[in-house]
Amino acid sequence: MTTAVERPTLKAKERPGDRIFSTSTIVSGSLILAILAAVAVFLLVQSLPAFVADPEKFKGDATNFWQYVGPLAFGTLWSAFLALLMAVPIAIGIALFISHYAPRKLAQGLGYLIDLLAAVPSVVFGLWGIGVLAPLVQPFYTNLVEWFGWFPLFAGPVSGTGRTTLTVAIVLAVMVLPIITALSREIFLQTPVLYEEASLALGATRWEMITMAVLPFGRAGIISASMLGLGRALGETMAVAMVLSPSRDVIFQLLTSQNPTTIAANIALNFPEANGVGVNILLATGLILFVITLVVNMIARVIINRRKAFSGAN
Amino acid sequence: MSLTRTTAATAAPLTNSLTAGKLPRHSPLIVLLASWLVTGAFFFVLMLSGAAEGFTIVGTLFFGTVVYCVAIFLLSYYVEGVRKAKDRLVTALVTVAFVVALLPLFSLVFTTLVNGLPAFLTPSFFTQSQRNVVGEGGGALHAVIGTLLITGVATLISVPIGLLSAIYLTEYGRGRLARAITFFVDVMTGIPSIVAGLFAFALFSLLFNDPGIRFGFGGAIALTVLMIPVVVRSSEEMLKLVPNELREAAYALGVPKWLTILKVVLPTSLAGIVTGIMISISRVIGETAPLLIISGFTASMNYDLFNERMMTLPVFVYTQYANQGADTQSYLDRAWAGALTLILIVMLLNLGARVIARIFSPKLGR
Repeated sequence: MTTAVERPTLKAKERPGDRIFSTSTIVSGSLILAILAAVAVFLLVQSLPAFVADPEKFKGDATNFWQYVGPLAFGTLWSAFLALLMAVPIAIGIALFISHYAPRKLAQGLGYLIDLLAAVPSVVFGLWGIGVLAPLVQPFYTNLVEWFGWFPLFAGPVSGTGRTTLTVAIVLAVMVLPIITALSREIFLQTPVLYEEASLALGATRWEMITMAVLPFGRAGIISASMLGLGRALGETMAVAMVLSPSRDVIFQLLTSQNPTTIAANIALNFPEANGVGVNILLATGLILFVITLVVNMIARVIINRRKAFSGAN
Repeated sequence: MSLTRTTAATAAPLTNSLTAGKLPRHSPLIVLLASWLVTGAFFFVLMLSGAAEGFTIVGTLFFGTVVYCVAIFLLSYYVEGVRKAKDRLVTALVTVAFVVALLPLFSLVFTTLVNGLPAFLTPSFFTQSQRNVVGEGGGALHAVIGTLLITGVATLISVPIGLLSAIYLTEYGRGRLARAITFFVDVMTGIPSIVAGLFAFALFSLLFNDPGIRFGFGGAIALTVLMIPVVVRSSEEMLKLVPNELREAAYALGVPKWLTILKVVLPTSLAGIVTGIMISISRVIGETAPLLIISGFTASMNYDLFNERMMTLPVFVYTQYANQGADTQSYLDRAWAGALTLILIVMLLNLGARVIARIFSPKLGR
């Protein structure tokens, strides 16, 4: 005890600069959490009046908030689901093309081209959807209804403008393509090269190598990429607001002129003229949208974080 | 078991898939051209016979590609066996998926150019506002100014917060707070833009007790909510790339931690951080929904962020489209010209970011 040397723990001197700098980084980091909490709190406070609003304040024939928001939530989920149905297979194809099929030198440039799609503002997608896509696909819709009208989803009467749920779903699919592609591409590139070379050395063709090594490795990543795309499609506003000819009902038919509108589009279309408790009702629908997307995103992130290597992809 | 297998192999050595035939090297290309030609000829005959109204290039390419997928599968199946045939079919499908994704991009850029250029090139487009304009003429100066002011303020607020948070996450952050921040930053990237607008509205209408509040600064706040997570993510990635040896060398020379970060880490990753910031600006500059809600729309100039409604380019595009007056065409022209301006800004920001990243990225000497 007497001979034991008191070993001083080496510690860097705390300079005031250090203290100030590290504190300011912690403050701004915490500020982000505070902002997210503030979004939830202020939306909640402002939407409370909507839950007890008079029945005649709601547009349409809804008598309380839940009847009002129900069809909107259905429209949101339905169009996002259709968009995902189209976007995911194509996005996986593109990601495979860029990561495993395209020539190495071209691959990065091709990936950049797809990323450009993400940079196009949504209002421009709206203009394009209504000015180019809707007139382009309308004749096909007429044929679809004529030939496949017996199938419930394609039942008539066909819309004369092409501004239907299916058109919106196509536009949404184009808009979420880049995010799903980017994430899946990152994950496919992380497949251990040894797995790929081993299966090729065993005589597998390139497609067999992909089904045996790349896709099993990237399955979790594909799921979470799709969910992030879903989050994006759920919240997309302007393209839906501009392209769709809306109604406030639960309608499954894809090609008629009666289409379920989405929460976001409904807010964008009605907010400028809303007043009084009408504003609170719209804010409350926004809160519902916020909760839906938050849950979808959190699930996606939990799946990603389970495999740490993916977190770099965004 | 092994006995039967060897007898089977000796009995039929020619069916061994490893020694099956192989298609010549350029056969996919030749088959593709051939199937386009055949479909083209088919449509040409249809046109001559009067069954179709005209020759469709789109139809030729579309059905030609379908024919190609079938033809290459059958050909390869016949020569190379089913496994190679599947491989070739998937190669064709994957390439088609890529091309299909590019079609909307090209169509969109092309239409915007064609429809937007006439009004874009009129001299008044960048020198006048829409005040007292009914029908033809006027411009988008008020919208351009509004976009620059609102996006500028949003950048000024979100870059320091985002950058400092990224520094916290890479240099200081350990434990629960850092993990929570990382997780919720990722979650925040998925907030719908309209919710950010609603948040800004809810906040300021409560603060100023004005149920119909519209002003530019609120729009900047909404964009900040959308921009911070993007800045944090990209800066964090860039800071992580700085090699630890640089930090250790600085510590060994007795440099305090905060000076190491300021003078060594940040300059090394500056190019990447600037790139990330430019890309995040290009993300929010095209946001329409939040600005429609909290900044509103107007036809007049407004330089004051804290007073009155303020026009921005995306909202300009939307309102020109949505509230068409009697002279429909001139409103549509202005909408497309606004869209063209937006796309140009976004593409320039993206390209500039890539150029900066390429030129100024540190040479690590590997």
